[in-house]
Amino acid sequence: MTPKPRVSRRGLLGGGAAAAGVAGAFAAGRLAAPDAEPVSGAVASYPFRGERQAGIVTPAQDRLHFVALDVTTDDRDRLVALLEAWTEAAERMTRGTSAGPVGAVDGPGNAPPDDTGEALDLPPSGLTVTFGFGPSLFADADGNDRFGIAERRPAALERLPRFSADVLDPARSDGDICIQACADDPQVAVHAIRNLVRIGFGTTAVRWSQLGFGRTSTTSRSQSTPRNLFGFKDGTANIKAEEAAALDQHVWVGADDDPNAAWLAGGSYLVTRRINMTIEVWDRQSLDAQEQFVGRTKGTGAPLSGGEEFSVPDFDIRGSAGPLIPVDAHVRVVHPRAHDNVRMLRRGYNFVDGSNDVGGLDAGLFFIAYVRDPRTHFIPLQRAMSKTDALMEYLRFTGQALFAVPPGVGEGEYVGQALFA
Amino acid sequence: MRKTLLASVAALAVVPALAACTENASDGDGGDAKGNARALTVTSSADACELSSGEAPAGTLTFNVTNTGSDVTEFYLLGSDGLRIVGEVENIGPNLTKKLTVNAPEGDYFTACKPGMVGEGIRAAFTVTHSDEEQEVSASDQELIDQAQNNYRAYVQDQSAQLLAKTTEFVQLYKDGKDDDARALYPVAREHWERIETVAESFGDLDPKTDAREADVDFAAGEEWTGWHRIEKDLWPAEAKGYTALTPEERATYADDLLANTQELDKRVQATGADALEYPIDAIANGSIGLLEEVANGKITGEEEAWSHTDLWDFQANVDGARVAYEGVQGLLETKDAALAEELTTKFAALQALLDEYRDGEGFVLYTELTKDDTKKMTDAVNALSEPLSKLTAAVTS
Repeated sequence: MTPKPRVSRRGLLGGGAAAAGVAGAFAAGRLAAPDAEPVSGAVASYPFRGERQAGIVTPAQDRLHFVALDVTTDDRDRLVALLEAWTEAAERMTRGTSAGPVGAVDGPGNAPPDDTGEALDLPPSGLTVTFGFGPSLFADADGNDRFGIAERRPAALERLPRFSADVLDPARSDGDICIQACADDPQVAVHAIRNLVRIGFGTTAVRWSQLGFGRTSTTSRSQSTPRNLFGFKDGTANIKAEEAAALDQHVWVGADDDPNAAWLAGGSYLVTRRINMTIEVWDRQSLDAQEQFVGRTKGTGAPLSGGEEFSVPDFDIRGSAGPLIPVDAHVRVVHPRAHDNVRMLRRGYNFVDGSNDVGGLDAGLFFIAYVRDPRTHFIPLQRAMSKTDALMEYLRFTGQALFAVPPGVGEGEYVGQALFA
Repeated sequence: MRKTLLASVAALAVVPALAACTENASDGDGGDAKGNARALTVTSSADACELSSGEAPAGTLTFNVTNTGSDVTEFYLLGSDGLRIVGEVENIGPNLTKKLTVNAPEGDYFTACKPGMVGEGIRAAFTVTHSDEEQEVSASDQELIDQAQNNYRAYVQDQSAQLLAKTTEFVQLYKDGKDDDARALYPVAREHWERIETVAESFGDLDPKTDAREADVDFAAGEEWTGWHRIEKDLWPAEAKGYTALTPEERATYADDLLANTQELDKRVQATGADALEYPIDAIANGSIGLLEEVANGKITGEEEAWSHTDLWDFQANVDGARVAYEGVQGLLETKDAALAEELTTKFAALQALLDEYRDGEGFVLYTELTKDDTKKMTDAVNALSEPLSKLTAAVTS
């Protein structure tokens, strides 16, 4: 159900042709097309419907608003109705139009508008909206089947364990449903979450949310590698959208992965970790020490074993006092070679939530990763990192969550329909 | 927990280029011809060592060394005897560039690239010509360094011995069920650990067994929690909701384990001959920096002593250790960067004055008695000291 938009932000600014090109590039059959054109962020728009949800392999936008919600009703029909309403609103907003069919300024004067209006006049800005379901949606803490879907919970969808050195804040962790909004304009991302949250009031309540800026990984070869708040390039070894085989192997849930959860085939798992960095202490480390902790040079991002950014790290090459890449260097500890060659698709963002109560930056990396199975593709890596990574001295994990991200939404469907069908 | 003193030294391989260096190294003089003449490029390939110039005016020289070969390489500036190392940069991976900054007085030198890090290297004569910037070499630097190393070794050995003595007493009290006495001794015994924490932590096998906090342990992965903080929780069970006290047998197990690990630590610290610990000057300076980092990371947040709340004892002990390490190299620093030395002395005193406000009898107030305002003031004082202190190693080894 897609009513004709009354106000089209994209229409106001033009750029339809470029947007159509992006739509083509995203279409499933061409995911692996090596000639996919990089597109200008200002006019890009990505279709909401497709074989996969947008916002996973989509070239990482610059801004993030992520929200985790609790479902406050036990009425299955209301939950389904909300998913239908969210699907419509998300589709409209990714096209660059208003959240509701009327819009921010064209409705009656004596009622609140069905769109909040702060994105009026702005282009679609590459907005993607991605939905996921947390383990607590399937059964509450007492094991009660809340919506008649407990049997369809994927075996891998369990609350993440607490890892050593975690200082998790329950108020920043977990949740029944998540919505990830990414865009090249923070106002557009915030507008999307704000309106979806508003539509959900009465059925869902916000549990926590996170704003992010400065994508810290690259999901397409068309992008250069960005830097995290430690000043190092991040996500050099990420799976890229162009690697179709690697996506099938490491990101997309296979048709036979979980017989109880066939609805998730073609979807993925989304891991979030809020990683506070002790910025002030890090900044006092010598350049050499910083590079030893990371295992790469700060300038080019080349591994300390030599070469340039995309050179394969040589963990065996030795210097005068042991391996050139130290045994506890981050790049070594989390390298696929140490973990059965599993890889993940990372989509993290820098965050600065102002300052903490002693005047330090409340800042770090909001880690987002999409994996085929968190039990094999995330938990062992995080465990190794907690145990031996030299960077841990400067990190503090303050929140985490796991969600199952259903596959894309076909025409006439709502997000997650296969789960409730 | 993981910051290591000895390991980081090995990894960073900072060698004090003593004899030739008398001022804080810095890059060039700006864009003038004189400044450029002191910025040299070195290309180290498998069979050649090409320098942009065979001479430079005396002063602060910068060699940008690029490894174009396929082996790890090193670059040295050697004295006229071809033996004395004036400056070196190690562990340059293929296709990487590293920088060597040295302060070189007028004289004859050799440069050497060492592809594969073996052999004499590919050598060439290098001349440092007279200039206005030339510095007199301080003959007393080596004495100051020897003194600092000997003093610091003695300090670490003394603290380790006291740690062992007090730990022996502590575990006996704990095993005997004399909990009040054990609680009173707990922060006092731990002071000796905290004063030499960066040395103790360099033993990666002993540190987790001895000083892991509950939050550091990955129970889901089957790790076991032992050491000081395990006993701490048992001695202060009130804060741990639903906590089951250890049995006398369990007490004995954890107590004996802590004592055994402390004995092993002391054995390594007191070792002589080939097994003796080395305390190179940069390790001492890095130790001072590392102890303040411990304060900023764990003590000021009240995370270290989650049950006893005796964080300020640790705080003071870390500051003690940092100050002693700093004072060991202070004489050397004064010859190289007097302003930094003065600033550090002042900031150490200011931090100490602030800490003194929280003294309570022989000890300190508990962390839980501190207000946000108190911890903010402490954080500000730690930052004020830590920022200049982070320059200490580069300054004393320049």
